[in-house]
Amino acid sequence: MSTQPLSNQRRPMDFQSKSMRINSAWRSAMNYLVSGLSILATIIVILPLIAILFYLVYKGASSLNLAFFTHIPAPVGELGGGMANSIVGSAIVLLLASLMGIPIGIAAGVYLAEFGRGTALANAVRFTADVLNGVPSIVMGISIYSLIVMQQKHFSALAGGVALAIMMVPTITRTTEEMLATVPHAIREAALGLGVPKWRTAVSVSLRTASPGIITGCMLAFARVAGETAPLLFTAFGNQFWSFRLDQPIAALPLQIYVYAISPYDEWHRLAWAGSLVLIVMIMVSVTLVRIFANRGVLKGGS
Amino acid sequence: MGVGILVENLNAWYGSTHTLQDINLHIPANHATALIGPSGCGKSTFVRCLNRMHETNPVARATGVVKMGEIDIYKDASPVEIRRRLGMVFQRPNPFPTMSIYDNVISGLKLNGFRNRQILDETVERSLKQAALWEEVKDDLKKKSGASLSGGQQQRMCIARALAVDPEVLLMDEPASALDPVSTSKIEDLIFQLKSQYTIVIVTHNMQQAARVAENTGFFLNGKMVEFDSTHKIFTNPRDKRTEDYITGRFG
Repeated sequence: MSTQPLSNQRRPMDFQSKSMRINSAWRSAMNYLVSGLSILATIIVILPLIAILFYLVYKGASSLNLAFFTHIPAPVGELGGGMANSIVGSAIVLLLASLMGIPIGIAAGVYLAEFGRGTALANAVRFTADVLNGVPSIVMGISIYSLIVMQQKHFSALAGGVALAIMMVPTITRTTEEMLATVPHAIREAALGLGVPKWRTAVSVSLRTASPGIITGCMLAFARVAGETAPLLFTAFGNQFWSFRLDQPIAALPLQIYVYAISPYDEWHRLAWAGSLVLIVMIMVSVTLVRIFANRGVLKGGS
Repeated sequence: MGVGILVENLNAWYGSTHTLQDINLHIPANHATALIGPSGCGKSTFVRCLNRMHETNPVARATGVVKMGEIDIYKDASPVEIRRRLGMVFQRPNPFPTMSIYDNVISGLKLNGFRNRQILDETVERSLKQAALWEEVKDDLKKKSGASLSGGQQQRMCIARALAVDPEVLLMDEPASALDPVSTSKIEDLIFQLKSQYTIVIVTHNMQQAARVAENTGFFLNGKMVEFDSTHKIFTNPRDKRTEDYITGRFG
């Protein structure tokens, strides 16, 4: 330690000097600039989303009525009719896809993060997941068509569910892995140190700690496939009538929208708009419900 | 009641690094034993070998004999069973962030499938009282997350969590090094009380702490145990020159 009085020393930073004042002005200007740019970017991102929503409401809301939710499509030439079977069909196909895709996706992610670190199999799984993520959805549809539809010799809700499930898996697997990687190692050690077996630590401690992020990943995957048309064209096929059977062709909102949108009739165009609005609202509602449900058990002060 | 631990020719490696070399040591039951030494000398590796946490690292391995009472922990039992009998408290408080205080304390039992509500309630109260935390948290047991407590409270909760599974030995790896002086002295008081029921092994960088809480002290240097004796002897009249240099602050 120096014994010299402080005032005689050259201070490392003199905030009163001219250069520091300019520096300070420069810094706050920079601060405003960067904050402004981030806000601008956020607006640019959100604006199209809001525009799409408003346009959908503008185009579709007028065609929404009780019949839309309770009736099946009317034959060509007749007015009215609804998409009740498509709404239910979409729900069934998405439920099937989630039941298959979410458990497999999460389990694969747990393997990658907790058990397979550094092994050749884990690297292969990770690589496959990344490739699968980039496979165009129409290719997925054709693959499932030849793998399931051709074998069964008919289109089916199940084939649609499988196609969507396979599309969900890579997203869920990779998010699960990433989220588990953010769980501090100390927490795993705490559990292992208490004599908790490794599998139980992975499931009840690591997975539970990472669950908010994993739920987000599942929701992203769900929302992504909920609007998919291409993989359903060759699998679920679509249906103008009620069907609850998993081994039969089933209606789905994106398919119905597609059929109506490319038709030459104005009435069908209006129904397609209404269907699009319902589809987007359904996705928003289900994502919100899951969020509320997932947040219910969160405690005060948890991180 | 605690049991003694006998260590014979313990060697440990991380990859190709020979972190522990030929450790021989007898840790007496119902006493606190302190392990001191400079950073990286192998103290933490040593305690992690005692409850087989060492082998959770894929590149780590260990050879030698560690006996807890009559049990050879590397031969006669599974690592999971050993870790239930030798509780561990880590350097940094590591509560489970998603669990309430109650669930944190009881996690060792619950995660092993134990479900009896009445016994769980009693265990939470007993362990938190043992860890001198009961009065501070008894009203928020199920409301607050374990991570919402202060650092010192979290560490005492982690001690309660280790005690809840009813171990015979308590391994503490620098339990107070991340805490302020007040919390540290609470932890030390705790160690003082707990050693009547448990065998305690405490790794510490703080030599005053070793002198305050432990009957016996071992000095580690570069993966070897240089000296092991009563704490009084180590600090007043060490046999080895290196021990003397370390405790007088000439290196380390």
